[in-house]
Amino acid sequence: MAKLSLTVNGKKIEKEVPDNTLLASFIRENLNLTGTHVGCDTSQCGACVVHVNGKSVKSCAMFAADANNSEITTIEGLEKDGKLHPVQESFKKHHGLQCGYCTPGMVMSSIDLLKTHKNPTDDEIRKGLEGNICRCTGYQNIVASVKGAIGKV
Amino acid sequence: MASMIGSKVERKEDKKFLTGRGRYTADINLHNQSYAVFIRSPHARAKITGIDTTKAKKAPGVIDVLTGKELQDDKIGGLIAGWKIVSKDGTDMKCPAHPALATDLVNYVGDHVALVVAESLQEAKDAAELVKVDYKVLKAVVSTGQAMDSDTIHDGIDKNLCFDWELGDKAKAEEAFSSADKVVEMDIVNNRLVPNAMEPRASIGDYNPSSEELTLYTTSQNPHLSRLVMSAFNAIHPEHKFRVIAPDVGGGFGSKIYPYSEDVVMAWAAKRLQRPVKWVCERTESFLSDCHGRDHITKCSVALKNDGTVTGLKVDTIANLGGYASLFATVTPTYLYGPLVLGLYNIPAAYCNVKGVFTNTAPVDAYRGAGRPEATYLIERIMDKAAKELGMDRAEFRKKNFIRQFPHQQCLVHNIDSGDYDAHFDKALKLADYAGFEKRKADSAAKGKLRGIGFSTYIEACGIAPSAAVMSLGAGVGLWESAEIRFNPTGNVSVFTGTHSHGQSHDTTFAQIVADKLGVPMENIELVHGDTDKGPFGMGTYGSRSLAVGGSAISKACDKIVEKGKAVAANMLEAKPEDIEFKDGEFIVPNTNKKKTIGEIAFACYLPGTYGEIKSPLPEGMEPGLKETAFYDPINFSFPAGSHICEVEVDPTTGETKVDTYTCVDDFGNLINPMIVEGQIHGGLAQGIGQALYENAYYDETGQLVTASYMDYCMPRADNFPEFRIDYTCTPATSNPLGVKGCGEAGAIASPPAVMNAVVDAIGTEVTMPATAEKVWRAIREKSKSAKKAA
Repeated sequence: MAKLSLTVNGKKIEKEVPDNTLLASFIRENLNLTGTHVGCDTSQCGACVVHVNGKSVKSCAMFAADANNSEITTIEGLEKDGKLHPVQESFKKHHGLQCGYCTPGMVMSSIDLLKTHKNPTDDEIRKGLEGNICRCTGYQNIVASVKGAIGKV
Repeated sequence: MASMIGSKVERKEDKKFLTGRGRYTADINLHNQSYAVFIRSPHARAKITGIDTTKAKKAPGVIDVLTGKELQDDKIGGLIAGWKIVSKDGTDMKCPAHPALATDLVNYVGDHVALVVAESLQEAKDAAELVKVDYKVLKAVVSTGQAMDSDTIHDGIDKNLCFDWELGDKAKAEEAFSSADKVVEMDIVNNRLVPNAMEPRASIGDYNPSSEELTLYTTSQNPHLSRLVMSAFNAIHPEHKFRVIAPDVGGGFGSKIYPYSEDVVMAWAAKRLQRPVKWVCERTESFLSDCHGRDHITKCSVALKNDGTVTGLKVDTIANLGGYASLFATVTPTYLYGPLVLGLYNIPAAYCNVKGVFTNTAPVDAYRGAGRPEATYLIERIMDKAAKELGMDRAEFRKKNFIRQFPHQQCLVHNIDSGDYDAHFDKALKLADYAGFEKRKADSAAKGKLRGIGFSTYIEACGIAPSAAVMSLGAGVGLWESAEIRFNPTGNVSVFTGTHSHGQSHDTTFAQIVADKLGVPMENIELVHGDTDKGPFGMGTYGSRSLAVGGSAISKACDKIVEKGKAVAANMLEAKPEDIEFKDGEFIVPNTNKKKTIGEIAFACYLPGTYGEIKSPLPEGMEPGLKETAFYDPINFSFPAGSHICEVEVDPTTGETKVDTYTCVDDFGNLINPMIVEGQIHGGLAQGIGQALYENAYYDETGQLVTASYMDYCMPRADNFPEFRIDYTCTPATSNPLGVKGCGEAGAIASPPAVMNAVVDAIGTEVTMPATAEKVWRAIREKSKSAKKAA
């Protein structure tokens, strides 16, 4: 068993879980934060992306134990005082989501992308989101959503 | 009030998804829930000679291990094929039994053999390893083309032939070919695809022994139909005590239209074990057991006059149905395919023969476009080839054969109500700058690249649709749609629809219709769907039907509300109902200041007390309440059409194809929300371009699915596409009151031939889908080898 002490969405969490618990399962099953989705078993689809210490991570490819002492943000932790994060706002404005399943991971990856690229080109956005699969949108409005949030992250 | 219809309104459903508060089936956990894991066949074709569950049953946490025997003991019926196809010799199609858990034979890798139910998922997985299944492995039948010449996989189904179906006047078509100046022939392969909705399927059964109510939460596009099938055919539970809930569903694309074995088994197991049982699909399981799409091989030919007139078309297709006949498997390659092979051309004679064959592969069913992409692919590819062989410009050749008079009765099935094909093709040619193509081609050549341009002018039949028509063609159900508009006493509105939204944005578009028709603000309208206990029976979402059929039902229910409202308003305002005008949410007596808002009318309908001088606001004999139901059955399919133009650049040294530009001009009739329509086009294009360049479900000769994960099956990613250029023309549909035609499938229907015509144009030789870098590189190499040989 692994003893975990970490911060999730600003809240201190202490829990004990089996060593082989994946971070994605920990977030979904132990913390009931079901906004983090699991879309594949091979860390290809990116639906499970969360931030660990501010960096985007595929939470299905990391043990919860390895996130000990870290600061985690999930999709549920972005909204502040009832106000959407600028990237969430931009996805809404640009119709960057349809069924919503890939959306949490897509938003988390986009935020990281905009932190590391202050003024990305379309190409950089498309390459930057290469690790997230969306089956609904054909990506065009996701690219527009990221562009719409440039300078706001 | 500004008109909502036609406005780019932001989506009502977005906030919950953007904040992680969507509620998908896998997110639901019930009190005292148990967990299920399926034991699936590792063989494509085998006889089950024994199942030993003793060890597994004793494993920690195991509640039970269930097999097909228990299913039989409980008299649970098998899965059904819902559309009867009659072969050309007059005999009915032949479908094998399809038990939800196999008892004697397994027919594809992933076929369902047993179920372990345990206290935790981990315990269920561990115990699944202990279930011992003995198989006698048999030679698998995998190839679509050789299925009819292989071992018989289902007793009594000779040549593995489900049906041998035909459409059209064969003699007339032969006549066109014998009097043709030129005949062009082509072999076409339509590759097998995996739908790959991002949310894997999931199902939770929950039984309440005291009320005898059974609830199934499931990833369905169509909860009412699922309940009907599971009640009437699987005999799991009576319909009135059976509730099917499809909560938020993460994409469907056809693969979630029908109940699967897993749904049947979860509903049954929950009842049998009297515990909630939850199953969530893993991605590889999903590759193996979700129904696949496409998988046709076709020989086709066109009869031509020297002036470029197409006088006849012959199509001979073998469609792979997989191991069993899934619910819409038999209609997809027949009535959804055959009538559409004519495209949007005025071809006077045609004959289409389709043989549906069983193989030891996952069942094939409807996938975005269902039949129409396959039809469009063949007609648009052969039109290109014919133009080239006639030495005509491919655009001119298409235009020469366009239908121009409407309504147009095609020589096969459809009567097309409206369209203007020159309008969208001309607009697309301009937008794509066809005139400038040769210059761009020269520029590419200067960089050592091969540039090609491809057209796809398409039509589809959707808004599936008129019950009388589909039932006469063998459908087991009518395809009308239902709606209920329920005013609450305080004036806000609950709208119930029998369709299901899993990305299509119904919460928004349907509210736009209601807002416009009833003058109620968007925020006071709530759409309810996906729960058989709430709304009226409905037929679900597929075939680009939700707006054309379901939206029309909503529109009709709104009309009934206005009609009742007028009678009530007339009584309250002491006027005649026929004199009352309804506009922007107000019932008005013209040329007076007398009016009532629809909110006041709703209030009065529910609280029909005394209103001043008026004893009751309701006319004598009228029932209280303000709630109307409508069932809408359209008079015809709708026929969206459009022109797509793709330009690709191929690197001959690597074979890599880059989609450089993609232009489309579509005619979807009236648009309710152009922002949402655009999103639907983008998604369809990505799936169609994916089929053309990347995606392929590949079985090896033993029937193992080699491409069973995202490591092996190439899903299109953001960096595979350019920015699509999109525009519209509009000829409103005449078959529904909204004048809409449907837009959900068009991108996936139109784009594969546009891309492939461009690739073939660029490299000057044939290549099959997906045109991967390796295949294109080899094709270029072969071509230059044979050119050298010839020299």
